[in-house]
Amino acid sequence: MGIQLDFAAVLVEWPLLAKGVAWTLGLTAVSAALGVMLGVACAWVRTQGPAWLKPGVGAYVELIRNTPFIVQLFFIFFGLPMAGVRLSAEWASVIAMVVNLGAYSAEIVRAGIEATPRGQLEAALSLALSRVQTFTHVVLPPALQRVWPALVSQIIIVMLGSAVCGQISTEELSYAANLIQSRNFRAFEAFIVAAALYLMLSMATRASLNWLGRRWLFGGRRG
Amino acid sequence: MVEFSLWDILRNLLLAARWTVVLSLIAFVGGGLVGLALLVARTTPSLWLQKAVGAYVQLFQGTPLLMQLFLAYFGLALLGWDTSAWTSAAVALTLYSSAFLTEIWHGCVKSIPLGQWEAAKSLALNFGEQLRHIILPQAARVAIPPTVGFLVQVVKGTALASVIGFVELTKAGTMITNATFKPFVVYSMVGLLYFALCYPISRYARSLESRFHAHSH
Repeated sequence: MGIQLDFAAVLVEWPLLAKGVAWTLGLTAVSAALGVMLGVACAWVRTQGPAWLKPGVGAYVELIRNTPFIVQLFFIFFGLPMAGVRLSAEWASVIAMVVNLGAYSAEIVRAGIEATPRGQLEAALSLALSRVQTFTHVVLPPALQRVWPALVSQIIIVMLGSAVCGQISTEELSYAANLIQSRNFRAFEAFIVAAALYLMLSMATRASLNWLGRRWLFGGRRG
Repeated sequence: MVEFSLWDILRNLLLAARWTVVLSLIAFVGGGLVGLALLVARTTPSLWLQKAVGAYVQLFQGTPLLMQLFLAYFGLALLGWDTSAWTSAAVALTLYSSAFLTEIWHGCVKSIPLGQWEAAKSLALNFGEQLRHIILPQAARVAIPPTVGFLVQVVKGTALASVIGFVELTKAGTMITNATFKPFVVYSMVGLLYFALCYPISRYARSLESRFHAHSH
């Protein structure tokens, strides 16, 4: 039995694919920036924040880490309107991704913070730095540098997870693949092309974030 | 119109959660078996095999699980197989798990000091015997906590099978939502049920890890 594959029928729809790639990258960039910030804030609370905030942040982190992304997305997109919060598919996707990445990166950053040598904190104290100054200048930069590879991996996991956002009609890459296969019935080829594009995106994202970390974020510092 | 009580919703979700559990176990056990075979291939001296397994891992870790599910669903049909949501979900999740498990275990094998291999070789054990009697028993001890932790990822991964029409917890949630028009309540319950499944496993993995660290220091 011969299998006929027709990739040309998929590739001819390249404007749709390009738009999908742009959406996937855009969603990832925005949620990576906001998600890591949220993660740092949560890590701060869990390590040195006020005691009354700790249980709440702990519950958030555990709740997100132990439920599937697709359920979080459906809850935000379909569930929240019942509570009066109506969001477009795109906003629901971004919020779900930020909330998701926030919880995972909180744990990653916390591990980095907890690895801070005691002497560094004592040195900061002896220089009369305030608690906030100590955190932002002494603790956080080397902590982020320490866990940067893990953060990059998590950002890529969130990018790959964003394929689910097509299910609520956000027009990212998997949505484009679905649209193309509904037009030309070349489902297998469409998803092969989309998967190949995702693979390239994850390799490119890893390379550029690693470069960014080395060159710009932690350039002058020695680990 | 039929009224659904909270208990009706919960009961139906619990019934569907069975299939989440069954699919998770199939993927975890199947993935473990395939992953073990890949691990052996990757530890052989053959450079070609090592590269092939490395590429396999990269392929599954660098593409979305959702695409893998779609490809299994449409690809198996192309090969002329019967494509129920069951078979495609089981195949896709098994391969996905095998890639992650083989990567986790590869790290554990690499953490065994080279001297162990050399000592085994000097006892005239062949490759299979070295692996079976010397390396794997030691690596397994290191491997248990992250392997249990990965089970959580498998359970969450099964939620994506809902997209290709496999009726598990998430799909049941969608169906019940369509019947009851109560998405807030239904998806909250779905989330809590996943949490009830995953949280104990996460806790167990963490306690194994700290116990292991206590032993090794």
